[in-house]
Amino acid sequence: MPDNAASKAQPAPVMTNGGAAETKRQRVRMLISALGMLPVLLILCIGFHFLSEGRFFTGQNLGIVLQQAAVNTVLAAGMTFVILTGGIDLSVGSILAVSAMAGLTMSKLPAVGALWLPVAVLTGLGFGVVNGALIALLRLPPFIVTLGSLTAVRGLARLLGADTTVFNPSIPYAFIGNGSLILVPGVASIPWLSVIALLVILVSWLVLRRTVLGVHIYAVGGNESAARLAGIKVWAVLIFVYGVSGLLAGLGGAMQAARLYAANGLQLGQSYELDAITAVILGGTSFVGGIGSIWGTLIGALIIAVLSNGLILIGVSDIWQYVIKGLVIIGAVALDRYRLQGSART
Amino acid sequence: MNDPILEMRGVSKSFFGIKALRAVDLTVYAGEVHALMGENGAGKSTLMKILSGAYRPDPGGEIRIEGQPVRIEGPLGGRAAGISIIYQELSLAPNLSVAENIYLGREISRSGLLARGAMREGVGPILERLGADFLPSTLVAHLSMGQRQLVEIARALHARSKILIMDEPTTALSAGESERLFALIRQLRAEGLAIIYISHRMDEVYALGDRVTVLRDGRLVGSLDKRDIRAEAIVRMMVGRDVSSFYKKDHDPGAGKGHPVLTATDMADGKRVKGCSLTVHAGEVVGLAGLIGAGRTELAHLIVGAAPKISGRLELEGQPIDIRTTGEALEAGIAYLTEDRKALGLFLDMSCLDNINLAVLGRDAKLGWFLDRDKARERADRAFTGLSIRAANVGVPAGGLSGGNQQKVLLSRLLAIAPKVLILDEPTRGVDVGAKSEIYSIIDNLAKVGTAILVISSDLPEIIGICDRVLVMRSGLIAGEVRRTETAPLTQEDIMALATGTEHLDA
Repeated sequence: MPDNAASKAQPAPVMTNGGAAETKRQRVRMLISALGMLPVLLILCIGFHFLSEGRFFTGQNLGIVLQQAAVNTVLAAGMTFVILTGGIDLSVGSILAVSAMAGLTMSKLPAVGALWLPVAVLTGLGFGVVNGALIALLRLPPFIVTLGSLTAVRGLARLLGADTTVFNPSIPYAFIGNGSLILVPGVASIPWLSVIALLVILVSWLVLRRTVLGVHIYAVGGNESAARLAGIKVWAVLIFVYGVSGLLAGLGGAMQAARLYAANGLQLGQSYELDAITAVILGGTSFVGGIGSIWGTLIGALIIAVLSNGLILIGVSDIWQYVIKGLVIIGAVALDRYRLQGSART
Repeated sequence: MNDPILEMRGVSKSFFGIKALRAVDLTVYAGEVHALMGENGAGKSTLMKILSGAYRPDPGGEIRIEGQPVRIEGPLGGRAAGISIIYQELSLAPNLSVAENIYLGREISRSGLLARGAMREGVGPILERLGADFLPSTLVAHLSMGQRQLVEIARALHARSKILIMDEPTTALSAGESERLFALIRQLRAEGLAIIYISHRMDEVYALGDRVTVLRDGRLVGSLDKRDIRAEAIVRMMVGRDVSSFYKKDHDPGAGKGHPVLTATDMADGKRVKGCSLTVHAGEVVGLAGLIGAGRTELAHLIVGAAPKISGRLELEGQPIDIRTTGEALEAGIAYLTEDRKALGLFLDMSCLDNINLAVLGRDAKLGWFLDRDKARERADRAFTGLSIRAANVGVPAGGLSGGNQQKVLLSRLLAIAPKVLILDEPTRGVDVGAKSEIYSIIDNLAKVGTAILVISSDLPEIIGICDRVLVMRSGLIAGEVRRTETAPLTQEDIMALATGTEHLDA
């Protein structure tokens, strides 16, 4: 009988009388969850514009915001894959550092220096796949595995440069770090870092929404047992998402190295994982997996960049920026809970 | 006999207009074991939850304890009224000690600090009286299932309960542990406790029951005294209802003579399934009946590779086949509909379209990777029309649909692979009557086109209504087969006798 009660507690089929109203309400709800934090982003931008007496919406400032958002956007894109499966990757900051160190070290070798970029990216991929294998094959909890690699990989990053800062003022492809793609000469340009970030978002969208693998990622996050019973190779999906997260952390490391012409195993990428997770959650991706979109993540990353930039513009001290950002994280998770209440999961 | 310790008069309970209990009377005396029997869903657990305070009965009925009318409210209400329940799934905290579990919620504290010593001493005499072979300080996690049950009983005695309700207490116990439990129950009865014993197993009821009360469809069918307890009579009381006409069976009932599609031999998992063999022919609907816990779902899981097997061979259309994952089963054309569609079947947040297409995404994909969205939408639209799934459109999340429509979405996913063998586990559980009869038609139509179908169900009229023959499982083994003959139809009595193990007792 409890069975019966449970099934009766379900919402009635949606085609009955008033179906149109129900559909409309559903549309509105879907629109709200699709738009997600976009209104918040716009309000923040406009608010900062006025508070800073018109210094926010200038070409130069917007360029800075985009450039500052770039690396976090790339990391957050990888994090989106992971969190969609209900996992977490705490190691992206450390992987970013070790990849940048590996890349810079490589770039100083005369003959093969130009290979530093793929080396950095593949280093990230390698560590990501190791994370994924530990999680998928040994069935260890993602939090524990990536907490471990957060520490261990940070150590390796320091080891690579013998705990010093590695410089290379003549690093190949330096333009991706500091150059801009000229759209209209003298009028409009966009930093290469932002172009890369945007491409990453586009490819992520393609994978998540237009491929079989994408559906499988959502399925694993939505209901892992059901996914297994439906014949999905859950282990392969998990290795893939942690691999992607590692690969994108490696790309982020390359972007940082090209931007700074230098890397330090101890300092580079410290607590970047927190900004990436914040961006994903702000973007409306559910922490338990199965729900979310890559566009939300882009908006989340932009909110973080706008928040940092705007707070500096209006002269808020560094210390208060921390406090405000922290409150934003908690607010975002509260929002996540609130949104989940309305979904079928509860 | 003396005055009753518990009297229930005209107790009803409805959920959203569905009557789960209709004016049930129950009288229990101190010093008796009162067996409560009935099919799954007959209302036993509802009755029990009313006594525990988990459910509030509909107005109109009356519950008296030792002659005094009582209102049992809230989760602690039952215990306050002197009633303790030991659920099938024990409710102990494994990370705490025996003493802490017994005192849970009523801990002794001295000036705000937990008095562990006093608690250990407090439970000592009770454990001794029950003949426990473990210490009050033992962690529950270290105890066997039988010992844990003892802790539950100790908790009830410690709370000075006068009425002890046990829900299928032997399900998780070994034969030896069950014997010890029976001895203990007899001891408690002699000490004057009233015990309400819920069980499906006829032999236990024979061994323990002083009286038997049978429920069916939420109604009281009747009570039998010890001298009248006979398996035959109880089974008739439990199942005696009309098979309604909405079952559909138009496919050729002689299909069993067709070629065998699935043959499983000696399937075992070393736990719940102990060596089962079965064959399903093309165009045949075979029922797999048995009580909950008999191992039916576990056997299905072994066949489709959802659980590891320790022995067993499969043949598909005469060819040996090795299946280790459900992916391989689907590839081979063996589809399994889970009994738990929310936990193991559907993706509630995903659209119906994605849910329906999930199993064939890879096969349909362009360039091996990219979704063929036109094909997916076509397939989903076809499923919506063909199975008359009622939802606003194929894009709505599956979680928002009614039980019947959810089941049809899940069924569509399996039908998308055009299965040769379809294993349906409780296909109409939590489904309304209209959708039920639609699902029966779907099954019938699949049989007509030659699909081999195995239906696991606890709903006996359903099994009899739609199946050509019925295999009955008991305790991990196929206990027997019930076939329809020219002269005699399938009967619920035959199936129940095999399921409960009373066919020998009757003989």
